[in-house]
Amino acid sequence: MAIDKEEVDAVIVGMGWTGAILAKELTEAGLRVVGLERGPDRDTQPAFSYPRVVDELEGSVHRRYLQSLSQETVTIRHGIRDTAHPYRQMGSFKPGTGVGGAGEHWSGCNFRPLPEDLKLKTMLVERFGQNFIPEDMTIQDFPVTYDELEPFFDKFEYVGGISGKAGNIKGVLQEGGNPFEGPRSRDYALPPQKEFLGSEMFRKAATELGWNPYPIPSANLSGPYVNPYGCQMGPCNFCGFCSDYGCLNYSKSTPNACIMPALRQEQLFELRANAHVLKVNLDSTGKKAVGVTYMDAQGREVNQPAGMVILCAFSLYNVHLMLLSGIGQPYDPETGEGVVGKNYAYQNLNRLTMFFDKDVQANGFIGTGGSGHTMDDFNGKQLDASESGFVGGGIVWARQPGAGPVRGISVPSGTPGWGTAWKQAVTDNFRHQYYFEVQGACMSYRDAYLDLDPTYKDGFGRPLLRMTFNWHDNEIKASQYFVDRGKQLVDVLNPLSFTGDAKTPGTKYNTTQYQSTHAVGGAIMGDNPKDSAINRYLQTWDVPNVFAVGANAFPQNNGYNPTGLLGGLAYWAANNIREIYLKNPGQPMVDA
Amino acid sequence: MSGKGDNPDGKKALQMQTSRRGLLRGFSALPVAAVAGGGIAAAPAAAQEDTPYTPVFFSADEITFLTAAVDRLIPSDDVGPGAVELGVVEFLDRHMQTSYAQGGIWYMMGPFQDDVEPEFGYQGRLNIRDMLRAGIKDTDDWCVSNHGQKFADLSHEDQEAVLTGLEKREITLENVPVRYFWQHLRDETRYGYFADPIHGGNKNMGSWKMIGYPGMRADYTDWVEKRDTPYPFGPVDLMGKRG
Repeated sequence: MAIDKEEVDAVIVGMGWTGAILAKELTEAGLRVVGLERGPDRDTQPAFSYPRVVDELEGSVHRRYLQSLSQETVTIRHGIRDTAHPYRQMGSFKPGTGVGGAGEHWSGCNFRPLPEDLKLKTMLVERFGQNFIPEDMTIQDFPVTYDELEPFFDKFEYVGGISGKAGNIKGVLQEGGNPFEGPRSRDYALPPQKEFLGSEMFRKAATELGWNPYPIPSANLSGPYVNPYGCQMGPCNFCGFCSDYGCLNYSKSTPNACIMPALRQEQLFELRANAHVLKVNLDSTGKKAVGVTYMDAQGREVNQPAGMVILCAFSLYNVHLMLLSGIGQPYDPETGEGVVGKNYAYQNLNRLTMFFDKDVQANGFIGTGGSGHTMDDFNGKQLDASESGFVGGGIVWARQPGAGPVRGISVPSGTPGWGTAWKQAVTDNFRHQYYFEVQGACMSYRDAYLDLDPTYKDGFGRPLLRMTFNWHDNEIKASQYFVDRGKQLVDVLNPLSFTGDAKTPGTKYNTTQYQSTHAVGGAIMGDNPKDSAINRYLQTWDVPNVFAVGANAFPQNNGYNPTGLLGGLAYWAANNIREIYLKNPGQPMVDA
Repeated sequence: MSGKGDNPDGKKALQMQTSRRGLLRGFSALPVAAVAGGGIAAAPAAAQEDTPYTPVFFSADEITFLTAAVDRLIPSDDVGPGAVELGVVEFLDRHMQTSYAQGGIWYMMGPFQDDVEPEFGYQGRLNIRDMLRAGIKDTDDWCVSNHGQKFADLSHEDQEAVLTGLEKREITLENVPVRYFWQHLRDETRYGYFADPIHGGNKNMGSWKMIGYPGMRADYTDWVEKRDTPYPFGPVDLMGKRG
């Protein structure tokens, strides 16, 4: 027999960035909120305390801060007629778990989108004509503008204490910032972070080539900071354990550092960890949610009735829950009908590693995840798609999140993988290499989508989510274009050697190699219920008291990292729930 | 395949003699929570300093194979210490006792499929430790069939030729895809060589000193903007010992 809990105003599924934001905003509005987190409760102390947290074997091999795939994973296939295989060992992308979610183990690049990123299709059609967009490409505009979201990007950046340099404040260009960004209401919360060697070399080489480098907006703080919630943060000390790790130092913007300390004090908020939500329960009409059912740590089913349900799990799992719960019509790639699962997109990443003499003190063990330099000279409207031959911009950057030997030491091409020659190469190169990456946008396609797997089940007996995704010609061309830009920088810097190549025609999506955790789409936001699963306020079209707040909302992926946009959308959704929805609860906020 | 960590040749099992005087000092005082957690239980730490490590998971034959193999993968040479002297075999035996090596963070439900494109990763039913065990036996069997001797009894030259055959997938193994046996054998050897000494390998931080890794210092604020001077300090490990 299931356990029945007392009804609350809102139940939130997942306690990562978006869950923490929504819980904070809704308790401020006077709602009684229960937050359900499938993983354990975590706080900086003791979960990320030194020295345990900087154990590479546990962090990067045992992946102790990431989701275990033992109970829940996805299946993956390249094409709509292929058989999908379970994502059995984590490789390509790394969902989080536990309080803080992937917001704990992220690197810390906090970009806002460019204004044109949100109106991508309109921009392309206006500049290059409808025919420029390939027939199978299903990109759409976001149903919200940069100007509408600006106050919420700003809010997220000030909650996080983001360190950077504005390039455009209220339309006035600022020296040292990104000249191509949308106007900001004010500068970043903190000035840019100190520069490691690879970043300095990127800045100098890009300047020499006539490009416009600027500091990556960094969630690894450049100084001491107290955020609007009163949470204290410290300056990043470049420990070298960002990506895959929680921050030992209260200096990476994370839900646990920036929001949970305040949220945990809210009388109206209750956190339940180890609570794995199995489905959203609908009433007999199928148009209203009545709560969720979850499994607790003892394996008992618990019903949590709620006036509204807010899905704040990792993007893929938000889509999974919608499909399992019958919220919205599943997408069919053959007919193009249906909306849930549609437009899954990823990120297009390639790396160039440069090897230098012993007098180049690159010291890759010095690390900070989101700091460095990048440029937007080939992103957004700066990219002339008629010249480049592909859609979707990208950035080249220098980042150094921290290298340790267990995570792998890059060696020059042609080096054997073992024996004395390998030992010599790792010894010669460990402290004298740095890398640049190119990160391209990823468009959405008719045949890239999410649905339920017909064969494989999770630990709770539910069908696994199935991902159908492969690289398309557009992204392969983009990879080659951006890697060429990166090689121009490499030429200026003249290393002894470098490794790294672009994707080539026929390159298939490889699920075993880490590329990016920027998995987006699947329950996208749009202007109408024919094209999208959720409206401009991230409210599901079909069940108005269910919201899906995550990167699932992106109709395609930008050249940037998604977290800044995700944080902005979460505050935007929360604000409009407070301002509009709560005045007419249960009603659609946009007429279908 | 036993998979239960029993040791049928226990009486013959090697007692690995290592110079670990002082290395494990304070080990037994380490809080349990600092060794086991996150669902990944670490192998029990050696109880006393100067007590030779007795393998728990691998049999004596398997230890013999692994000692020979890791000695070729990371030999002792002029560049720096080898895998055997840094305790990589002890690391491997201990690491196989963790939940990680038992597939604890892998999706392990069927159906399992053979002949899947490598872009989808290993799709069989063996976890890491069973894969290593199967691969060791298969490789030894291959060596007996083709050379008349087990791997450890071959010349260094022949051993290296066998490892190259595994790496290039020119040798087919009976019970495990050679791609994945090779991958885990090589990766686990590297982990043992480079991981913190708390896990049983990298004795005295030997590999870190070789490559110039400062270990667990985890604070480089004052060195980020230094350009012309090599980082001056040697490594520190998780127990606070300096190398």
